[in-house]
Amino acid sequence: MPPAFKSSSSAPLLRVENLSLGFKANGKVTPVTEGVTFEVRPGEVFGLVGESGCGKTVTCLGLLRLLPKVGSAVLSGQAMFEGKDLLHMSDEDLRSVRGAEIAMIFQEPSAAMNPLLPIRSQLLMPFKHHPYNGDPEVRVTKLLRRVGFADPELVLKSYPHELSGGMLQRVMIAHALLLHPKLLLADEPTTALDVTVQAQILELLAEMQRESGLSVVLITHNLNLVAQYASRVAVMYAGRVVEEAPVADFLDNAKHPYSQGLLEALPRLDEAAHVPKPIPGSVPSADKYPSGCRFRDRCPYAFDRCTVVPQWTEISPGHRVACHLFPHPSPSPLPSPSVAMEREGGKGVR
Amino acid sequence: MRLLSARNLSTHFPIRGGFWRKAVNYVRAVHEVSLDVYPGEVVALVGESGCGKSTLGFSLLGLTPPTSGTIELLGNSIDIQKPSSWKSHRKDFQIIFQDPYTSLNPRLTVFELLSEPLTTHGLVPRSGLREAAADLLRQVGLSPDILDRFPHAFSGGQRQRLCIARALGLKPKLLVCDEVVSALDVSVQAQIVNLLLDLKRDHGLSLLFITHDLSLVRSIADRVLVMYLGSIVETATAADLFRAPHHPYTRALLDSIPTLDPAKKPKPLEGELPSSSNPPPGCVFATRCPRAFDRCRVEVPKLVVDKTRSVACFDPMTKM
Repeated sequence: MPPAFKSSSSAPLLRVENLSLGFKANGKVTPVTEGVTFEVRPGEVFGLVGESGCGKTVTCLGLLRLLPKVGSAVLSGQAMFEGKDLLHMSDEDLRSVRGAEIAMIFQEPSAAMNPLLPIRSQLLMPFKHHPYNGDPEVRVTKLLRRVGFADPELVLKSYPHELSGGMLQRVMIAHALLLHPKLLLADEPTTALDVTVQAQILELLAEMQRESGLSVVLITHNLNLVAQYASRVAVMYAGRVVEEAPVADFLDNAKHPYSQGLLEALPRLDEAAHVPKPIPGSVPSADKYPSGCRFRDRCPYAFDRCTVVPQWTEISPGHRVACHLFPHPSPSPLPSPSVAMEREGGKGVR
Repeated sequence: MRLLSARNLSTHFPIRGGFWRKAVNYVRAVHEVSLDVYPGEVVALVGESGCGKSTLGFSLLGLTPPTSGTIELLGNSIDIQKPSSWKSHRKDFQIIFQDPYTSLNPRLTVFELLSEPLTTHGLVPRSGLREAAADLLRQVGLSPDILDRFPHAFSGGQRQRLCIARALGLKPKLLVCDEVVSALDVSVQAQIVNLLLDLKRDHGLSLLFITHDLSLVRSIADRVLVMYLGSIVETATAADLFRAPHHPYTRALLDSIPTLDPAKKPKPLEGELPSSSNPPPGCVFATRCPRAFDRCRVEVPKLVVDKTRSVACFDPMTKM
């Protein structure tokens, strides 16, 4: 079981507020994510779930400002990490945070490594840019052992093409953990891997989290993984967060039709004749989002009010949903960032 | 009658070295595999990456000709030395590949993609091609309006539907599905699986479903073959396999699948898949098996066949 947080009042490690990111094309900016708000507490695994094209990866890349400078824009919002705003700090300050305080595991390990350099020089690279007390070689060897390599020397000598997908992913994890980061953004860390390797990798992350109090943002489209490893979950659809809840609560009591659809689409091992139930259609691209609730085209419960952007309703402490099926008692006790964003649209481009 | 039957099929790839580029060793991708597929049946072929399951699928269809063994397609035996001997059966045996982004020619329109196999096999007169292509699109749940668009305009799930439509045009008897859903989102996976099941029901299509995801297998397969390092280690009906796996490897695969129940933690299988150019002596799984004993490390266990299931293990989890 993931450890329960000591107290929910502890200050969040990362607080993303009202984050809207857009991409520029043909002289105008198309918002891709809108009003994304969530927080990650120290020592927790936070699941960020949704189909491809929901803006999960863009959100994370945006947090570290890894999106192309020319083609993208922060439209609004802030991301407070230990009292500093990641989105508006100087490039120099950000460089000291990236890799050292916040590390990222990228989706495709074979594409994220430099094919021309042996693993050794890639693993030693972070030490050249960040202060570190101790012997980098020792740290690298120790972590490689930690991620399950019996012979670290052999791995260090290898080039990326000589290692399998599972091995490269473990190298990436070691790479991310080198400088004892406080927060790890894990973008689909196991999607390209076999189930057996997937279990190895996630068990490893869970161990790291228990031992060193690491916080993890686990981005995935597989709710099974969230059920196993995360303590809280946010569901994203078409650039907006539509539901957020503690995992146990979510599994028993998911409210948003999209969350329910994701749960029903999962293949089940425990039921013999269970045929997974698909969600009809697919995620629209960012320039074709419908007005109002963006899920309404695919939603089995959609009705006339869905043309208006739904506001947040608190179902129980920590569990909130943005859907007209759950009208919130007015006056609004919670901010509803998406409404404000809907009207503002592409304004506020920096 | 069996649709497809293979006996002692092996596909070995030579590793060449030295001045004369002689074969110095062999990668035993598929080793002494026997299997049957009956009409209207969904057979799942399961195993980790690198276990040879895709090579087996390719070898059965002659895309990677096997090195030894026998294959019968629709009762006719195939000369495995002659790649052309598969040709007359191509129409009945089609394959869909893993990655829908690389298996469609980006320079052909949907219409061209769908009509190409029809003209090659001379199934439809030129004048009827457009209608035939539109009909195929309807069968896989796509709108005929897209006939003149290019593959780049579609999402992964839609492209996989195009691949299925292309294969269906020839009215095949067996469709080999090589990891057709592993590149797709969970919600879209369910769409494709449901489509394949509908096609099976409506057209009596047989499927050889190659996958590493056992959780999907439970939903769709009638029979399951579990493969490890080029050999089949267990076969059973899907119900039996999930109720009581006999081989420790099958058990380990089942245990490593995450479920929604947080009390049931996935148990990782320790170690790496051994190299198939230098397989361990004795049982191929002995190096990672928690139950291995001395005999497993020297002697190769035979596939023991019972009525409906078979297992290659000296000490199966459940006695047969």
